[in-house]
Amino acid sequence: MPETTYIRAITSTLAAAMRADERVLVLGEDVAEGGPYTATAGLAGEFGTARVIDTPISEAAITGVAIGAAQSGMRPVLEIMFVDFVTLALDQLVNGAAKAHFMSGGQLTVPMVLRTQGGAGHRGGAQHSQSLESWLTHVPGLKVVMPSRPVDAAGLLASAIADPNPVVFIESKTLYFRKGEVPDPVTPVPIGEAAVLRAGRDVTIVALSRLVDEALAAADRLAAEDGVDAEVVDPRTLVPLDLVAIVASVEKTGRLVVAHEAVEHGGFGAEIVARVQAAAFDYLDAPAARVGAPFAPVPFSAPLEDAYVPGADEVVAAVRALLPSSSRMA
Amino acid sequence: MTASPPGREQGLRLLATMWRIRLFEEQVGLLTRAGEVDGLVHLSVGQEGVAAAVCSQLRDDDAVYSGHRAHGHAIAKGAPLGRLLAELMGRDGGLCRGLGGSMHVVDVEHGFMGATGVVGGNIPIALGSALAARLRGLDSVAVVFFGDGAAQAGHFHETVNLASLWALPLILVCENNGFAEFTPRSAHTNVERVSDAVAPYDVERETVDGNDVVAVWDTFGRFLASARGGGGPFLLECLTRRLRGHYEGDATKYERASAENDPIERFRSRFDADEAEAVRAGAEAEVEQAVRFARGSPYPDPGLFAAMVYADA
Repeated sequence: MPETTYIRAITSTLAAAMRADERVLVLGEDVAEGGPYTATAGLAGEFGTARVIDTPISEAAITGVAIGAAQSGMRPVLEIMFVDFVTLALDQLVNGAAKAHFMSGGQLTVPMVLRTQGGAGHRGGAQHSQSLESWLTHVPGLKVVMPSRPVDAAGLLASAIADPNPVVFIESKTLYFRKGEVPDPVTPVPIGEAAVLRAGRDVTIVALSRLVDEALAAADRLAAEDGVDAEVVDPRTLVPLDLVAIVASVEKTGRLVVAHEAVEHGGFGAEIVARVQAAAFDYLDAPAARVGAPFAPVPFSAPLEDAYVPGADEVVAAVRALLPSSSRMA
Repeated sequence: MTASPPGREQGLRLLATMWRIRLFEEQVGLLTRAGEVDGLVHLSVGQEGVAAAVCSQLRDDDAVYSGHRAHGHAIAKGAPLGRLLAELMGRDGGLCRGLGGSMHVVDVEHGFMGATGVVGGNIPIALGSALAARLRGLDSVAVVFFGDGAAQAGHFHETVNLASLWALPLILVCENNGFAEFTPRSAHTNVERVSDAVAPYDVERETVDGNDVVAVWDTFGRFLASARGGGGPFLLECLTRRLRGHYEGDATKYERASAENDPIERFRSRFDADEAEAVRAGAEAEVEQAVRFARGSPYPDPGLFAAMVYADA
């Protein structure tokens, strides 16, 4: 299987979808130029600027344009350059895209994808570094996808483009140049299926997006230093959530830590914890724990940003806090 | 390019459409006060000439989007009165099976692609439909109705800029009734005419007397013919008057109907009195039939809302 980066997996999936289906179009700020992270590089050359459409900095209008095009037979893939700017598109997304099928009694569908990227780590400051997925998961009618591996970025994007519903596809800027094996042609990954990336007996770590690699690193350390065997689950999709896979893991391990980069307060981790305790309370040997960012905007200064963003250290600490001290082998 | 003025037969159809809207909405007003129609209901009494003159020139494959005052546009585009009223009454036989209501009416079969409760919210969505028509090589057009209040919203200006930049077949139809909700236009902007607000974007535009159905017909027809041939976008500003409140039951006093500001009064004098009365009576019978249909339609099954959140993949 060829190895490629997360960002190239996205580019090649967009290109494949446009080759296969002339209804697919790409629009957004600078997309014909490739965009700041080169996600759409080369598409305008192959498909022309009629289908790879540079837009002005008008997030509300271009989101509406994508909705209307989707309602009239197209399959638009809209790029919002940073998830921080989805604020400007929220009326169209929340009041328009998410509700059209429902409010029309099923007459309208909105088969669009809103691609965006979030996360800190590039010293972007508080308005270019946020993780806002929990806002979007609160809106019935949207699907929310957050891949962490190149293979899932490709496979889930293919499924998102084929889906008849509006799908918010949230990438991580820190993962863009991460490499992994991706089949060519891409194999669609079903929306709503979690992946168990590391099997373990002692604790379940459910991690989102960038925190998946951090959780895997934490699991290696816990194995080496504590003799603790952690299972790492990547939900890949937040809405719909594969609760069955998460609960099955917790029933096996008896402990749960949910880790994401978003602010912990009101984050999606709370939803996962609440649903797991309702479904598997009797299996839990300890209170479920969350790892997330502090309740503060993302700071700019490099050491402060590094301290702010949660990582493997925080995951290890959260797991250790759940274990009785006698069970630690180190 | 010029459009032909409405002939006698077409004129009678326009009169019938206006009467259908007027009598339907007057009935909705009564049913609202009787508690049979729920929710926030915005009537377009006094503005029927715009809906009739615009929509009667369109085809089912032309997309029409509207705002919160949308019953007239839906009716003029072909929505069946019974299913429209059933929607306003939250019934399963409603156009949207009772999930939408007055502000969210949709009738895809006739190309009425949607109302919205967000002022101006459908303006960019209509542009997306025009983009789809262009990309698919169709000669269909997109039309969006909105009030003068929407012209102060950012998404209006964003959309006008895009429509002009991309030269898409979008016809923006502004019903300038002088009020944004409860407040006169002069309290919101120094720009007197909405057509002036789009001047820098080089959009072909015209302001007409919206209570003169022939004037609206003529200008819209000209814009439509051009849009079908690849032109666009256009803005048609129709100066009109809302003869009811912002919503049914609001406390504000508005002007009364007069021979000058009532599009039906002005237009029906073109016809023989008996002929005009027959048109009115026909519309009245249709509205009575719609009331019977809507009252006879059951409420939706409570399980419906959970089943309609997502389209089946």
